[in-house]
Amino acid sequence: MMKTVSLTIDDKQIETQAGNTLLWAALDNGIYIPNLCSLRHAAAPAASCRLCWVEVEGKAQPVTACTEIAAEGMVANTRGTQALRLARNGFELLMASHPIECARCAALHVCELLKIAGHLNVKLNKNPYRKLVHHLPIDSSNPLFNYDPNKCVVCGRCVSICRERGTGVLGFAHRGFDRRATTFYDELIGDSACEQCGECVRACPSGALTFKVSVNV
Amino acid sequence: MTTTGVQAIIPAFQELKVCAEAHWKGLWKSGRTVITVGTAACGQAAGALEVLQAFRDEVSKLNLDCRVIEVGCMGHCYAEPIVIISKPGYPAICYGHVNPVIAGTLVKEFVAGDNPCLEFVLGALEKNDLIPSLSEFPRAQYEKKLILKNCGHIDPTDIEQYIANGGYLALEKALRMRPEKVIDEVKRSGLRGRGGAGFPTGQKWEICRNSAGKPKYAICNADEGDPGAFMDRSIIESDPHSVLEGMLISAYATGARQGYIYVRAEYPLAVERVQIALRQAKKLGLLGREILGSNFSFDIKLFQGSGAFVCGEETALIASLEGEAGTPHVRPPYPAVSGLFGKPTTINNVKTLTYVRHIINNGAEWFAGIGTKGSRGTAVFALAGKIVNTGLVEVPMGTTLRQVIFEVGSGIPNGKKFKAVQIGGPSGGCLPESALDLPIDFDSLKKAGAMMGSGGMVVLDEDDCMVEIARYFVEFTQRESCGKCTYCRLGTKQMLEILTDITKGRGKLEDIDMLQHLAEGVKAGSLCGLGKTAPNPVLTTLRYFRNEYEAHVREGRCPSLMCPDLIAYYILPHKCERSCDACVGTCSVEAISPDKKRIKVIDQEKCVKCNNCLVACPLQYNAVVKLSPPGKVPTSKK
Repeated sequence: MMKTVSLTIDDKQIETQAGNTLLWAALDNGIYIPNLCSLRHAAAPAASCRLCWVEVEGKAQPVTACTEIAAEGMVANTRGTQALRLARNGFELLMASHPIECARCAALHVCELLKIAGHLNVKLNKNPYRKLVHHLPIDSSNPLFNYDPNKCVVCGRCVSICRERGTGVLGFAHRGFDRRATTFYDELIGDSACEQCGECVRACPSGALTFKVSVNV
Repeated sequence: MTTTGVQAIIPAFQELKVCAEAHWKGLWKSGRTVITVGTAACGQAAGALEVLQAFRDEVSKLNLDCRVIEVGCMGHCYAEPIVIISKPGYPAICYGHVNPVIAGTLVKEFVAGDNPCLEFVLGALEKNDLIPSLSEFPRAQYEKKLILKNCGHIDPTDIEQYIANGGYLALEKALRMRPEKVIDEVKRSGLRGRGGAGFPTGQKWEICRNSAGKPKYAICNADEGDPGAFMDRSIIESDPHSVLEGMLISAYATGARQGYIYVRAEYPLAVERVQIALRQAKKLGLLGREILGSNFSFDIKLFQGSGAFVCGEETALIASLEGEAGTPHVRPPYPAVSGLFGKPTTINNVKTLTYVRHIINNGAEWFAGIGTKGSRGTAVFALAGKIVNTGLVEVPMGTTLRQVIFEVGSGIPNGKKFKAVQIGGPSGGCLPESALDLPIDFDSLKKAGAMMGSGGMVVLDEDDCMVEIARYFVEFTQRESCGKCTYCRLGTKQMLEILTDITKGRGKLEDIDMLQHLAEGVKAGSLCGLGKTAPNPVLTTLRYFRNEYEAHVREGRCPSLMCPDLIAYYILPHKCERSCDACVGTCSVEAISPDKKRIKVIDQEKCVKCNNCLVACPLQYNAVVKLSPPGKVPTSKK
């Protein structure tokens, strides 16, 4: 029997397994916290999307829920002003570099970015930041799916899942603003060792990876 | 440790010491002149290798009993190549700006003759009646050399010279202490990490020692990458064994069995000198199995970083060492608990490790007696930028910025006015004149918005545009950001876009507020230290030099006349000399032509603002000026 801890998130008393992070404790209990990069069984949190901010009583600054271990008696608030501001700023930065073409996007009905935008009440067409998008060619070399690197939010889910369940052809490359998920030497996915398991497409939250023919996800 | 182990240490070390001292004495054999040439990277860049060769050629040509040896950097980088000639009967004399011709002259006149060639002298090393000594320089009263003491005075490729000058004595002493006692000594000394953040070193070691997991690792972080910083490079090039000794003591204290020195590959000379030092230390039994006959075994490997600034961040450095891409991870767990390959690991900066031997030799109280309450010991700075005496300085913590810049560094060259000092590189900030009387320590610099950083100090004068400086540093961090986390990847990019617009005269007033908002967001939201500190140059320039931002935006004017898009070159007709054509010939785009009266006029359409005409215009005319905004140029009638 695993030990459990009880804590309060958004005035709701919840219980979770000891060692769980705040993020998964909340998600498992029906409390949504925006997140893109977190994977439940990852050895260590990537903590790279910087969206899952929560305010924890006793801490001066908001913390990322994916890196905070749920502790007995902890009181956390996902709707605090500071936490929401950090989450919104981060999300607006992501959206400023994401082409907004939802109507034409194959991922429209599964898009997690839209879900986060709704949750944070961020207007996609009213971004305070400059529109800075890449203009990279879409890789449609794979018979099963397309990869539009311009829509990539660098969450790394596809990279992790490809290493775990696929052939590991996906990885990160380039620095700074140019960093993105890609293959070794930016080779076309169709020319790589990809075996088309499609796990990366199912994991992608942003519509960068989409199936060519719509399939049941 | 068994008692036999402890007993073996003293005679084993004594043997090395006797041998080294004999070697050192042999070098200074009576009647012989010794010439030392500083061949650290700064010296080599100024031509020290040619000077070295010239000395050797001349000495062998004249068949003199004279040794010519290579040493590291003395810190007076502005006067490189630097040579010290120690001739019996004379004080040791230091010569600056030596070239092969001067080298030949010095050998003929001074080594073979009796003329110390006073015209080339920088200063004598000790007080004497003949020549002013370096200790009488104004800077000497502020300097206190602990970790730079050997630099420029011993041959970094000769371990015996290091041992003869007190080297590895602290290791011998530490090995006879209990590891807990070593940690206690370092803790009580108050030593804080010199890599930038200032974490107490002893505490870090203690956490590592008490953490479960074997083997433990000790890493020396020599991935110095700040623009304008070269302290670590200089120490490694000039005194590599002091770093090894620090690592050995730290490993003994924490229980580490394997060490790594992470040097950036762009420091080839440092890499070479570490390799030589490692080889020599192994040969003498100071590295490897059962060091000095004790039970302590420790080995060090050199690892070359491949040019990523972010790998100076400790978790990224560990990822790089593990063979992964150099991207940072979330802390905690801190490396002292779970670091390299998931094992407890200490990561210390080069300078931090170099202090250790002095603390062990002289005691915690001695070290704690130097500096200020919160920041013990000395601070090492690389002075660069608009300062007369560029180079390395070591001053006690608590010395003011004014003393370092104006006394030690001799102020701003060419009679220009001081504007700001950029401390701590891309993570630091720009402090204005009003901050000059701040004592230098970890906490007061942080309060002012800058940070100690690793010790780069770039001085800026009235010709430097603060917006451009901020843009330069943000461009640097954006290019060097690994891109892993949202805030650093995209926030710095957004900041860079705004700053670029402002320097090009396209900025709007609301951009300044947006910049502030972005900078605060990136600072609060980023994953690692690189992102968290990247906005500092922007935040400090906004705090202290907001008027410059506003001048760019409101008036399209660059107050420092630096931003090319906001200035125009103009030739003052009343100053231009009719018979002179200097500017015409130097203009690369043929934008300058004489009018009917042979007064030269710049075609603003063609001008690419290369600055050539301003440089070419003879000083007695001084007719070319920069105007900002460009609209100030009177419309010319051709």
